[in-house]
Amino acid sequence: MINWIWICMAAIGIIYAMFSGNMEAVNQAIFDSAAQAVTLAIGLISILVFWLGMMRIAEEAGILKGLAKLFRPIVTKIFPEIPKDHPALGYILSNLTANMFGLGNAATPLGIKAMEEMKKLNNHSDTASRSMITFLILNTTGLTLIPTTVIGIRMQYESASPTQIVGVTLLVTCIGTIIGLIIDRIFYYKSKWRKS
Amino acid sequence: MGFISLISIWIIPCFILMIMIAASIRKLPAYDLFVEGGKEGVKTAVSLLPFLVGMITAISILRSSGALDAFVQLLSPVLAFIGFPAEVLPLALIRPISGTAALGMTTEIIATYGPDSFIGLLASVMQGSTDTTLYVLTIYFGAIGIKKTRYALQVGLIADLFAILVAVFLVTMMFG
Repeated sequence: MINWIWICMAAIGIIYAMFSGNMEAVNQAIFDSAAQAVTLAIGLISILVFWLGMMRIAEEAGILKGLAKLFRPIVTKIFPEIPKDHPALGYILSNLTANMFGLGNAATPLGIKAMEEMKKLNNHSDTASRSMITFLILNTTGLTLIPTTVIGIRMQYESASPTQIVGVTLLVTCIGTIIGLIIDRIFYYKSKWRKS
Repeated sequence: MGFISLISIWIIPCFILMIMIAASIRKLPAYDLFVEGGKEGVKTAVSLLPFLVGMITAISILRSSGALDAFVQLLSPVLAFIGFPAEVLPLALIRPISGTAALGMTTEIIATYGPDSFIGLLASVMQGSTDTTLYVLTIYFGAIGIKKTRYALQVGLIADLFAILVAVFLVTMMFG
């Protein structure tokens, strides 16, 4: 799908330029923007190195594990179908804390482990269980404490205050996650009600 | 609202202080760990490079041809009716589909309108506050062989829609 979107953006742009008379601007943009993207990626190194370096210390110091412990009672409530001492909960918690700190690369394998455990609970069926969908929603609503990449981009474009958006982003992501969980519950009860 | 601005300034330094204290209590080689973890950051940024070049170039073609502005202008009157700025609609549409495309779009919007403009702030918040629904669904369900996804996609997309509306509402309240 993304391949088609990519082709469409470039192709529509070039065809539109044929008629709007902006071909010179397009020609210029192709090379300017490629160079701009490289500058940006290089610029992002600064914040990514700093953040991932800090996070390595936080991980070793047990801060992520401590947070996971803190969230455990809430998460057991969110997943009523998973027994309290089941390994699935541990993986879910590790995945969520990794995501919160922007450790996407570490979060994905933990998330897959969590899904595997939930599949065992669901008798290895190829149908998504209620817990799996709830877990998916927690991941797609993107619960993040500090949006490092966005701060990096804002730095690159000389924002007067790159971190200005941190508070609002946190608020939006929290409200978004709560709304996501509510919608998930509504759909679950609707599907249960339809069955009976 | 003042409290939220305060969080933006205090959260990162306080978090770093917390890490330093925790590291010294546990007697960790903090600096060595920092350097080791930082290497991951170089790898991540470099691996992002081709994605960003591809996406930002395609979006820039669309922008400089005038097609993107024509699209925005066409939808502006309809969206203005509900107080939704049409300039961020392309980002809202692509956010659930592709992470790198959304990142490219956010960058392009920030470059065009400025990072501290209302549109630039809104794009920043939208990019930072949700994740790529379709990607997450494909990766997780694909990895464990789930074929019947039931209501997962619907819930994911409806949640994205609400997150975007909440972002527009709160950014308007704080910076509008």
